[in-house]
Amino acid sequence: MENVQYPHIFDFSRITGPIHDWLMGFLPAWLTTTVECVAVGVGLLLVYALLALFYIYFERKVCAAFQCRVGPNRVGPWGLLQSFADMFKILIKELIQLNHIDKFLFALAPYLVIIASMMCFAVLPWGDGLQIIDFNIGIFFLIACSSIGVLGILLAGWSSNNKFTLIGALRSGAQMVSYELSIGLCVVTMVCLAGSMSVTDIVMAQADTWFIIKGHVAALIAFVIYMIAGTAETNRGPFDLPEAESELTAGYHTEYSGIHFGFFYLAEYLNLFIVSGVATLLFFGGWMPLHIPGWDGFNTVMDYIPTPIWFIGKAILLSYIIIWFKWTFPRLRIDQLLSLEWKYLLPINLFNLALMVCIITFHWTL
Amino acid sequence: MANLQEKIAKLSPAATFEIDGTGILQATVPAKEWHDLAKALRDDKETPMDYLVTIVGADWVESLGCIYYLMSTTDRSMCSVKVVAEGDRETPYIDSVSDLWHIAEIYEREVYDFFGIIFINNKDMRRLFLNIDWVGYPLRKDYDEDPAINPISIENERQSDNTTVYTKEDGKIVKKERAIFHHDDFVVNIGPQHPATHGVLRFRTAVDGETIKKIDVYMGYIHRGVEKLCESLQYPQTLHFLDRLDYFSGQVYHHGLCLLYEKALNIEVSRRAQVIRVMMDELSRIASHCLFMGTYCMDLGATTMLFYTLRVREQILDIFEKTCGARMTFNYACIGGVMQDIAPDFAADVKALLEVLPANIKEYNKIFTGNVIAKNRMEGVGVLSREDAISYDVTGPAGRASGWACDMRKLFPYSIYGELDFEQCVRPEGDSMARFKIHIDEIEQSAKILAQLVDNIPEGEYCVKVPKVVKLPKGQWFQLVEGCRGACGFYVESDGSTKPVRLKIAPPCLPLAGVVEHITTGNKIADLITIGGSLDYIVPDMDR
Repeated sequence: MENVQYPHIFDFSRITGPIHDWLMGFLPAWLTTTVECVAVGVGLLLVYALLALFYIYFERKVCAAFQCRVGPNRVGPWGLLQSFADMFKILIKELIQLNHIDKFLFALAPYLVIIASMMCFAVLPWGDGLQIIDFNIGIFFLIACSSIGVLGILLAGWSSNNKFTLIGALRSGAQMVSYELSIGLCVVTMVCLAGSMSVTDIVMAQADTWFIIKGHVAALIAFVIYMIAGTAETNRGPFDLPEAESELTAGYHTEYSGIHFGFFYLAEYLNLFIVSGVATLLFFGGWMPLHIPGWDGFNTVMDYIPTPIWFIGKAILLSYIIIWFKWTFPRLRIDQLLSLEWKYLLPINLFNLALMVCIITFHWTL
Repeated sequence: MANLQEKIAKLSPAATFEIDGTGILQATVPAKEWHDLAKALRDDKETPMDYLVTIVGADWVESLGCIYYLMSTTDRSMCSVKVVAEGDRETPYIDSVSDLWHIAEIYEREVYDFFGIIFINNKDMRRLFLNIDWVGYPLRKDYDEDPAINPISIENERQSDNTTVYTKEDGKIVKKERAIFHHDDFVVNIGPQHPATHGVLRFRTAVDGETIKKIDVYMGYIHRGVEKLCESLQYPQTLHFLDRLDYFSGQVYHHGLCLLYEKALNIEVSRRAQVIRVMMDELSRIASHCLFMGTYCMDLGATTMLFYTLRVREQILDIFEKTCGARMTFNYACIGGVMQDIAPDFAADVKALLEVLPANIKEYNKIFTGNVIAKNRMEGVGVLSREDAISYDVTGPAGRASGWACDMRKLFPYSIYGELDFEQCVRPEGDSMARFKIHIDEIEQSAKILAQLVDNIPEGEYCVKVPKVVKLPKGQWFQLVEGCRGACGFYVESDGSTKPVRLKIAPPCLPLAGVVEHITTGNKIADLITIGGSLDYIVPDMDR
C-alpha cells in the first residue's frame, strides 16, 4: 500500500520488492516463494531466539530492580551474555526419558506450544512493509493460532502421567478457554473501530491518531480488559495458576527437561511479546509513529524513526507493564480467576462492545 | 490450687497428690478413672481444663505411663495428671482422650510411637514419626539400639493406606484396621519435597477436582530423636539441640530450657543477662515474623515481598552475628546467663533497626495487606474458631488470631516480661488474613519492648558462676515459653545425676500441623497453601 499521507516513513517494501523481482527474474514462481519462505523462516527463527533471550534478560533485570537486587551482572558487560549462557546450558542438557508416559504426545506438546507462538509472528505488524503475510483476516488468524498453544499445554499435562501436571493442565484449559473469550471480544471491539480485520488496515486506520485516543472510553476499557486477559493468556503472574510454583511445583511442565522445557520457557516469553504486540497493534497504532494532528514538524521527526523500532519499543513497554504485574501481585485462586472472567470481564466487555458500536455510529470518535 | 486438688480428689478418690519443682500440682490417678476425670475436668463449669498443654510419655522402668499437662484458659490454673498404663509391658494401654481434646489424637500417636502405649479408642493409632516397620519403641529404657535391628533402609519408603484402631470389648483389647482414604479417592501427594510445605512435610491430599476432601499429614522425615539423644547427654549439652528445632526461635528455646534448669538449680541470673536474653528473644521474634511474611507472600505468588522482609531480617542477623558469631545456630543463652557479652555496638545496631522498622511495616501493608487479590485469597479462608484453636492447641500468632489470648509472656510472665509494657495482640477473625496481620502487630510490640530495653541494659556480669558439673536434684520441672510460633513447653525429669531421665520438648509446630486437616477440608488446593503458610509451622520443630 502506498503511503501518501506520511511520505517520510520508510517503506520496507522498497527493499523487499526489488529482491522479489530479482528472484523472479531467473527463478520460476514456485521456487521464488520457496526461497522467500525459507529466508523469512530463518530470519524469523533468529528474531524469535533473540527476542526470547532479550526478554529473559529484561525480565530478570526488571524484577531485580523491583526486589532491590542487581540481577545478572557477571556474564558479559552488565550481565548481557547471561541469557546466552543460559540458552547454551539448556541446549546441552539431557532430555530425561521417563517411563509410563505417552511418549509421542509428551514429545509433541512442546512443539505445539512453540509452533503456535511462532505462527502468530507471521501477522504481527513489524514495520511498514515488513509483514510476513498480510491477508484480510490477519488478526483473526492470530487469535486462532494462539489458541493452539493451549492444546500443547493440555497434552503436556496429560501425557506426563503425573497428578500435578494434570491439575496444572486442567487449570490451564479452564483459564485459556475463558480468557480467550475476553481477548476475542476486545479484538472485535477494536476491529469495529478499524473497520477491517487486516493488520495493515488496522495500522493505517491509526495514522492520524492511535485507537486508544480515537476510541477514548471504549478503547480504554477494552485496553484494560485486554491487558488483564492477555496476562492470563500467557500464564503469567498473577494468573500463573497452571504453573503455580508453590502449589503444583511447576504445573504442566514439571516432568520436562532440557530443551523441551526450554521450548515452554521460550514460548512463555514470546507469548508475552505477542500479547503486547497485539495490544500495540490494536491500541497504539502498531508500527505507526506518534502523530499529533496539526504538528507537522513533530510528525515528520517521528516518521524518521524506523517503524520496527516503534513497534518493538511499544511492545516492550507494554510487556514491562505485564512484568510489573507479575512481580507485584499475589496469585489468584482458580475459582476467583474464573469468576473474574465470567462475572466481571465478560459482561463489561459485552457492554463495551455495544458502547463502541454507539461511538462509531454516532461519530463520537476523537 | 487447693480447689483443684479438692476437685480432683472428689472425682477420683484414689488420686494421690504432689507438687512438682515448678509448683504445678500433680495428681496420680488410676488409668481406669482417667477418662472420666478428664471429661469432668474439661467440662467443669467454672474453670474448664480446656487446654491440653502436652502429653509426656514416660518409662519409669517398673511401669509405663503418661503425664498430661492441663490448663484452664479461664483462670490460667494448671495441673498435671500422671496416669500409669494398665496391662503388661507388651501391651500397655490407657483410654484415649482424643474425644475430649482434638490434639490428643496426635499427641497420643507420638507417645505410642516412642513408648508403645496403646490408646484405646484413638481413631488413628499409627506411628507418628518413625517408619511403619520400625522395631521397638525408642524412648523405652530397655530399647535395643543395635543398628542391625533397624538398619538404614535404602529402598523406597514403606507406607500403608490403613491405620489401626484399638477398642475394648468385654475387657479385651481388639485391634481393627481402618482405611484412611476411600478406595476411589484421587490422592495427590504434596510433599515431602514441595516448595510450599516449608520443609519436608507430606500431605496426602484426596481431592475432588480442586476441592480438598481429606488430608493425611505425614511427618517424621527429619525426626532426629532429640529427646532420646538428650537422655545420654549432660544438661549443658542438651541445650545445643534447641537451635535445630524451630531454627528461628533458637534464642527463645535456649532461654526457656535455661530458665527451667536455673529454676531446678536455684540459680539467680543477673539482671544484665536477663535483659540481653529478652532482647535476643524479641529480635528473633521480629526476624522470624519477617521471614514468615516473606515466605508466606511467596507462597501466594507475590515473590517481591520476600526481599523487602529479608532486608529487615538480614539486619537482625547481622546484629546476632556480631554478638553470637552465628546467624542461625546461636547457642547463646546458657545456664547462668549468656555465653558472651554483647558486642560493643549492639545498642546502636538495635536502635538503627528500630528506626527503619516503621517505614518497612508501612511498605508491607502497602504492597501486600491492602492488595485486593491478597484480601480475596486470605479473608475468610481457613477460619479457625477459638474453641477449635484451644482444642487443637494452636498457640502463638495463629491461636491469637483466633481470639485466644495465649501469649505465655503474659499468661506466665517469665524473666523480666512482667515489668515490660507491651500489648498482647489478639484478633477475633480466625482467618488467614488475621493470622497474617497478627504477625505485623507482634513485630510492632516486639519493637516496643526493644525500645524500652535498648537504653536500659544494666551493667553487671553476663553469666553467673555455675558449678562445673551440673546436677539437677531429683524431681521434675515444667516450663512454658513463648516461642516465635507459639507456646513451647519443656519437661525435665531428673534422678539426681548429670543427665536427664526424660526431657520432653512440647513444640508449638506439631499442633499447627495437626490442625491443617480440620481447616482445609472443603477448601481448594490453593487454600491448602494459603492456610498452611499462614499457620507458619516449621518442620524440624514438629519432628524434633
